[in-house]
Amino acid sequence: MLTASAILTDGLVYAAYLFIVAIGLTLIFGVMKILNVTHGSFYAFGAYGAATAVGIYTNADWPAAAGFLFMILMGLAVGLVLGIILERGILRLVYGKDEVIIVLVTYATFLILEDVIVLIWGPQSYAAYQPMVSAGNIEIGDLVLSNYDIVLVAIAALLAGLAYWALKFTRYGRLLTTVIFDRETAAAFGVNVTLVYTVTFIIGAMLGALGGAVMAPKIAVTLGIGVEVIVLAFAVVAIGGMGSIEGALVGALIVGICRAAAVHLVPQIELFVIYGVMALVLVVRPYGLFVRAQPRKI
Amino acid sequence: MFLFAAAAAPLLPDWVVSLVTIAFANALVVLGLVVLWRAGLVSFGQALYYCIGAYAVALTARWTGFTDAFALVVIGGVAAGLVAVLIGFLLARYREIFFAMLSLALSMILYGVLVKTESLGSTDGFSVATPTFLGYAPHAQALGLSLYWLTLGVDAIGAVLIGVYFRSVAGALAAPIRDNEIRVEFLGVSVTSIIHTKVVIAGILGGLGGALAALAIGHVDPNMSYWTTSGGFVFVTILAGAGSVAAAFVGSLVFEAVRSFAFDVMAQLWQMTLGSVLLLTILFLPDGLGSLVARLRRRGEAKAP
Repeated sequence: MLTASAILTDGLVYAAYLFIVAIGLTLIFGVMKILNVTHGSFYAFGAYGAATAVGIYTNADWPAAAGFLFMILMGLAVGLVLGIILERGILRLVYGKDEVIIVLVTYATFLILEDVIVLIWGPQSYAAYQPMVSAGNIEIGDLVLSNYDIVLVAIAALLAGLAYWALKFTRYGRLLTTVIFDRETAAAFGVNVTLVYTVTFIIGAMLGALGGAVMAPKIAVTLGIGVEVIVLAFAVVAIGGMGSIEGALVGALIVGICRAAAVHLVPQIELFVIYGVMALVLVVRPYGLFVRAQPRKI
Repeated sequence: MFLFAAAAAPLLPDWVVSLVTIAFANALVVLGLVVLWRAGLVSFGQALYYCIGAYAVALTARWTGFTDAFALVVIGGVAAGLVAVLIGFLLARYREIFFAMLSLALSMILYGVLVKTESLGSTDGFSVATPTFLGYAPHAQALGLSLYWLTLGVDAIGAVLIGVYFRSVAGALAAPIRDNEIRVEFLGVSVTSIIHTKVVIAGILGGLGGALAALAIGHVDPNMSYWTTSGGFVFVTILAGAGSVAAAFVGSLVFEAVRSFAFDVMAQLWQMTLGSVLLLTILFLPDGLGSLVARLRRRGEAKAP
């Protein structure tokens, strides 16, 4: 019983982290049909920015809640700046080209940004554990949970709710949905698709950086975190279906709980259970769980 | 070109010989990617076959003590080929992004399995026994040269065979498949089986490349299956372009040279150099270096009245 509840809570926390990272990726893919490998860089930049923010507020001795907010805002700001630079600077040059070429362009940008991180922050790792420690723990029965993890799950839930509300009930959200559905028809109806692309990419970048920012207190912020996270985010998005927010949520939950189960029960398969689940889902539903098969245009 | 390279070997310094050996071993994997790229498919998981070939060689040498280089390379290719046949049934159903991602997932599965396998050294990997060549057991510089010539030999055979494939009907159908698959099916051709064949070819080439690399480097580790290794191969494919068989080898040499140079000159920033080169290639030379050669040749022909 204890193991089951431990698996559930660990799975939820891991799923929350995956969801925050994956939602930006799936949004960018859904709207722009770009598989953005640079998303890992957004995550890494967000984490490093958050680490810097934690350093600043710890030295200035701010209260924990204000510091946490500052960290989040720093992550979002970093994402905003990066998103604008990348979209206007590089992506604009390759929009018409083959999808796979664009993936390679984003891969190239990812490589470049990996070293930009080294240039800005140096090769050493940073520890930004203060928010996690100051949040404290609570005990539910036999389980000891970190309050920070609970905040993480809350943030992910909030994000999911916000995304759902924004897509269904705001004008911009509905425009976005039409562009996801059929870009050409949307353009024919007068939707400014270029602007939608830019704004979506920036939002996706900010979400990726947010993922890094909230995870910074839990991990060692060092080189290579971007690399690990991309493959995980891809797996989640592939399971859920590219472009589908509900898919990202369900995919994150599936991956999170499967991984938690693996870690607790059969640690040897932990690393590959995620990709095994992804391969399994893709065999049954080739485009992911929440995307219906696209009709082929001859 | 191969004959020239083979003849030049004893004159070149040791580090050039080992660099070219590894470049040409990787070029074989890239050749497999070129086969797929011609059909419009990018596999982000060629590292899977590379790693299988390498580990097959390493494990055979470790468990059976058999160290004949020729046999080991064949074993590596066959092992990877068998896996490719099995995986091909799944992969041939997908195109574009999902093909890339599924192949990436499969290579990461192998990575995960290898990292968690302590008997195989986990992330450290383990070393490969020194190869012998039909009884001849060279050391030091002679070993380097022998591996170099073996690599060149395997590469030459591969290049000739792939050239034959490209000139065959199945090879020529690659471009139509990329352009409009459905109409190729209207011709009565099974696109899925052609793509399956291409996956197997790429797998065998990847395995051969991995086997040669394992012998040349002398060490195998799970990182050979990590997606960044696949990314490197894809990088070279883009750099080389899908134009010709020779392009894969030239591109691989250029890549190794650039990488070594970048590591030497700017050790901290080599990824940025690589990324910038890739970006510039995609933006300004989208058909790779091979197209540059073709363009120069065309200009030369146009000039001669």
